[in-house]
Amino acid sequence: MSEEVDGTRTAEEKQEMEDKVISPEKAEEAKLKARYPNLGAKPGGSDLLRKRLQKGPKYFDSGDYNMAKAKMKNKQLPSAPTEKTEITGGHIPTPQDLPQRKTSIVASKLAG
Amino acid sequence: MAGPGGDMQWCFSQVKGAIDDDVAEADIISTVEFNHTGELLATGDKGGRVVIFQQEIENKNLPQFRSEYNVYSTFQSHEPEFDYLKSLEIEEKINKIRWLPQKNAAQFLLSTNDKTIKLWKISERDKRPEGYNLKEEDGRYKDPNSITSLRVPVLIPMDLMVEASPRRVFANAHTYHINSISVNSDEETYLSADDLRINLWNLEITDRSFNIVDIKPANMEELTEVITAAEFHPHQCNTFVYSSSKGTIRLCDMRASALCDKQSKLFEEPEDPSNRSFFSEIISSISDVKFSHNGRYMMTRDYLSVKIWDLNMENRPVETYQVHEYLRSKLCSLYENDCIFDKFECCWNGNDSVVMTGSYNNFFRMFDRGQRRDVTLEASRENSKPMQVLKPRKVCAGGKRKKDEISVDSLDFNKKILHTAWHPQDNIIAVATTNNLYIFQDKVN
Repeated sequence: MSEEVDGTRTAEEKQEMEDKVISPEKAEEAKLKARYPNLGAKPGGSDLLRKRLQKGPKYFDSGDYNMAKAKMKNKQLPSAPTEKTEITGGHIPTPQDLPQRKTSIVASKLAG
Repeated sequence: MAGPGGDMQWCFSQVKGAIDDDVAEADIISTVEFNHTGELLATGDKGGRVVIFQQEIENKNLPQFRSEYNVYSTFQSHEPEFDYLKSLEIEEKINKIRWLPQKNAAQFLLSTNDKTIKLWKISERDKRPEGYNLKEEDGRYKDPNSITSLRVPVLIPMDLMVEASPRRVFANAHTYHINSISVNSDEETYLSADDLRINLWNLEITDRSFNIVDIKPANMEELTEVITAAEFHPHQCNTFVYSSSKGTIRLCDMRASALCDKQSKLFEEPEDPSNRSFFSEIISSISDVKFSHNGRYMMTRDYLSVKIWDLNMENRPVETYQVHEYLRSKLCSLYENDCIFDKFECCWNGNDSVVMTGSYNNFFRMFDRGQRRDVTLEASRENSKPMQVLKPRKVCAGGKRKKDEISVDSLDFNKKILHTAWHPQDNIIAVATTNNLYIFQDKVN
């Protein structure tokens, strides 16, 4: 923007300048909307927050949890694909949906 | 930050943790905290373990090797649990550690996971009794008929043993996930904050806690913001602040009412509505809030910046520092890989003149408030020769990349420095990468 005298620009020139200078954030937003057309208009709204309040995988019951814990070593199951539009909890998880927990090594390596 | 002769330089001192690239989840460091004197440095990890390092003042004849931190104690603070009512796992990950000021020979700290806070006593034992009348040295009871004389047991020196024992367990007070704990300056109470509520505890009482903030809406569909961090004022025992996912900070005075739902002060920077985008609210979410040591300022960390607020001015911060502005044009991919939700912490140096926070690619940033200078440094094994001076790093946002610069697209977003701590008095810093703890100190000329 070489001319800094505001009042002398025409409305057309101003519109042209605005079109050229799209904030990087808005450009990123456009990219996101192009990839996920179903994305809701309210990003910080209750959907996102409620997902945040319930973090961690949901198990069917304690037996399910204990079995998942038991199958820990050397097994890496693919975690469920993250849905940008839905909240989890709508379906009963199957073993394929649950990320595997590795055994906790008793002593921290920081203390080694 | 400028020492005698110009710019301060940071040198590598130590690194703790495994070298191998295959990081076990349990080893991920989740919190780092110096105690009030800086003699002890505690870390918590995802596996629920706490490791405490103690500063050992090295050979006084070698001024350049001022100090080293060595393992003092380590213990399993929290174990994984299962919430049977909700069928959810309760992670053992240590979210925060806060030290209590030292009152006697023992040290005390609070450690918390998502649901339970524990008070740990760390005490030293360097003597043991010997010469019991009724027992042998190995503990077996003597035949009473064989005892013919009486002696007084004596205390003899033994190798130092450091014991950690849980003295209090503060449980069942949080429906949501605890993100902060903060010890009051009165040294009797502390607060714990989860996504929607803040509770006040007495350190002696575990079966009762007062709810002082509750932002849960009657209808959860109306939920618009959550609590992200909370802290007591360093000197005023009636004052605390809490930050939100909408980028606001509320200062509350406990003298005003029992339930501090109505804030005394609301700190919020007005936003230009024309700049608003899908990402605005997400990147304005405050991930950490810290009072300055002098109690006159507070610092907040949101996704892209660090802001310093004067407690007497609510309408805007007095200083804003860009941590990694070049990420603004990468927000789409950072949202897709969830990095946009990373919670970076921040910290002050001892005299509140410099602030520090982490970034990606194992970079961390320091902002000198007085000198108006900032620097980007890297915690990596390549720069870990003893007393090696850290070279400032530069990220090239676009255009022509200079020789030593790194382009934004080459940054490793899996190498994030979320937790850093600054010694309360000296220029010694602890920087946590995913599973390693780096200790740096300033170069003593």
